[in-house]
Amino acid sequence: MDFRLSEDHQLLSNSLRRFLADNYDIEARNTRAFEAPYHMKEIWSGLAELGVLGAFVSEERGGFGGSAPDVAVIFEELGRSLCTEPVLGTLMGLRLLAAFGREQEVRSLIAGETRTALAVYEPNSACDISFMEAVARQDGDAWRLSGRKSAVYGAPGAGPILVAAKTDAGIGLFLIEKPDLIAAAMTDGGGVADIVLEDVVAECISTDAGAELEDALDLGRIALCAEAVGGMTMLLEMTVDYLKQRKQFGQSLATFQALQHRVVDMQLELEQCRSIVIAAVAGHGGADQSRTASMAKNLIGRAGLAIAEEAIQLHGGIGMTWELPAAHYAKRLVMIDHQLGDRNDHALRLMAIDKQQAEFRARHQ
Amino acid sequence: MDLEFTEDENRFRNEVRTFLKQKLPSSISKKVRCGIELDREDYLRWGAILNARGWLATTWPKEYGGPGWTAVERHIFTEECAVNAAPRMPAFGLTMLGPTIIKFGSETQKQEILPRILDGTDWWCQGFSEPGAGSDLASLKTRAVRDGDHYVVNGQKTWTTLGQHANRIFCLVRTATEGKPQGGISFILVDLDTPGVDMRPIRLIDGSCEVNEVFFTDARVPAENLVGEENQGWSIAKYLLTHERTNIAGVGFSMLDLERYRNLAATTWRDGRRIADHPVFAARVAEIETDLEALRITNLRMLADARDGAATGVGSSLLKLKGTQVRQALQDLYRSALGPHAAPVADELSENELALPVEAARAAPVYFQHRKLSIFGGSNEIQRNIVAKELLWE
Repeated sequence: MDFRLSEDHQLLSNSLRRFLADNYDIEARNTRAFEAPYHMKEIWSGLAELGVLGAFVSEERGGFGGSAPDVAVIFEELGRSLCTEPVLGTLMGLRLLAAFGREQEVRSLIAGETRTALAVYEPNSACDISFMEAVARQDGDAWRLSGRKSAVYGAPGAGPILVAAKTDAGIGLFLIEKPDLIAAAMTDGGGVADIVLEDVVAECISTDAGAELEDALDLGRIALCAEAVGGMTMLLEMTVDYLKQRKQFGQSLATFQALQHRVVDMQLELEQCRSIVIAAVAGHGGADQSRTASMAKNLIGRAGLAIAEEAIQLHGGIGMTWELPAAHYAKRLVMIDHQLGDRNDHALRLMAIDKQQAEFRARHQ
Repeated sequence: MDLEFTEDENRFRNEVRTFLKQKLPSSISKKVRCGIELDREDYLRWGAILNARGWLATTWPKEYGGPGWTAVERHIFTEECAVNAAPRMPAFGLTMLGPTIIKFGSETQKQEILPRILDGTDWWCQGFSEPGAGSDLASLKTRAVRDGDHYVVNGQKTWTTLGQHANRIFCLVRTATEGKPQGGISFILVDLDTPGVDMRPIRLIDGSCEVNEVFFTDARVPAENLVGEENQGWSIAKYLLTHERTNIAGVGFSMLDLERYRNLAATTWRDGRRIADHPVFAARVAEIETDLEALRITNLRMLADARDGAATGVGSSLLKLKGTQVRQALQDLYRSALGPHAAPVADELSENELALPVEAARAAPVYFQHRKLSIFGGSNEIQRNIVAKELLWE
């Protein structure tokens, strides 16, 4: 039993934290994260040089990492600096391309020369990939895709993009070089897009990639949860500092018990979130993968909202301003719950797992 | 990062499991599962079994008859006891007074007191709280005035848990009224059969009489019953209370309660479907089990810190807060899952002829009993004060 980071992870975490502290300025971020292409090239190259992108892929697939702890360490740092670079889409895309042995794409992604994104969800879906309307049909040697994909994180400027669509065999995975995008900034910064597919030519990677997709999505969920823990840690620090500095009625806000107890509850939830990420990281790749990933996403959704709302409230009026970094952290924590299934979706997923277990119990009693 | 226990630790867990399977009387574990009050004989019987194995005084060093366990071994033992519905042995002699005597007691006191805790001769209870001193313990008023070789004690103690089974009580008493209130408190041991000591039961919200009030009227207590120095009682009590915190997260209890709920939900029907298939219940339990899984890991993280000598002062407060929230939520879940069937009370197993699991008959009283969790051992608001002090004042 040991909860400390390994030496390698400590090194990775330190160097990424230093790089972002030196180069990722919150004010520049608060402009550029909301303007096309919603990303900073120099930061992306820096991440590639640091080995951050390569850490998402195992050595046998051309990277130098690939485990869930690698992903969690990196995303916690991204969360601490509120980095909106499109790492999530590239993480999930890289996992899938590596799983299907696409060495060339993997190499170029790890080098930071290209970026990718994963188009899986649709206007009528949020978490469960079995509700998919986009279809792929074979047309001679080629494949053609029809349907509409939404919530494609990091799609602006990315390519080729991975697109999931139904096939006769299951859920297929396809590559489209540069699809037409309906791009937008996200509320909390960073780019997102819808993709309208009208008989678009695509390269088929697999006609039945459901299991690999679920795996990449679960890893994406762990990444988001680790990012949230990084963001919560910073937001709590900022809130504590503010309560110590700010004086009203002739005394620091930190002396008011009504406020003290609320900060303690934030701290308590943060510790719980840290723990559930550890559970999800440990569960990844095992029989409990979906259960622990859903637990993490559910708890992070609930606690992220609570911590964000409390942080805004405890800052008072200044917490409502664009100028205050804490406000952007709070915004990110609320919006993380909207990605890759929210706390309700993941409660449902847990319920389905619990139900299977209850049926098993009923049969054996 | 590694969540696994070592091979030795796992071997130890198996040893504990086997021991519990072989030695824990089913009549006792059944009562624990059903939330039925254990009687004095049940505790003494289980205490004797544990003592025979050398596993009774889990926090004592070997030289005094404890097992000399590490924090991790102690954790494994308590968790296994909880999930297997072994009684939680009353803490007053074993985990509170014992370590206090080992640290502050005289040689005579050690020799006189410790063996009698182990063999069950003495049942200790606690005299700290008073009607006017709850969370604000330092404001206690029970006086002890030196008179020759004795202290004359006058005042009232309350919330004395299981005092009805006890023959001795350790008390905080006021021996000085000048200066800071903490500075005038002493720690003294009193035989309950001393003339002028009178115990009366307090009936609680669930109908049980688990706690008592104790009245002292000119009770003459030998001066050698003082532990440590006169007016040193506050620091002794603070030391003692850190031992109240072992297993404070109660993860094992929650695991047992979750299993109890799941058994009920899988086999009990409501409006044409199993409770396990009831969407509102299923959603609630999904979030509670998530909080419990996070708590289990938080507990292990703090345990690893304790093992590595890196424990923070606030860890046990955080564990108490979340641990009690989860346990109380599970009690509420179980009681509400019973719907209309939670209303009838059956106090004895033999009387339960209801068409429900036997645990169900005491679900409502047990739920009410569990409201105490966020009040005793330093209320949850006091725990928040402790954490806030560290978080905001350092």
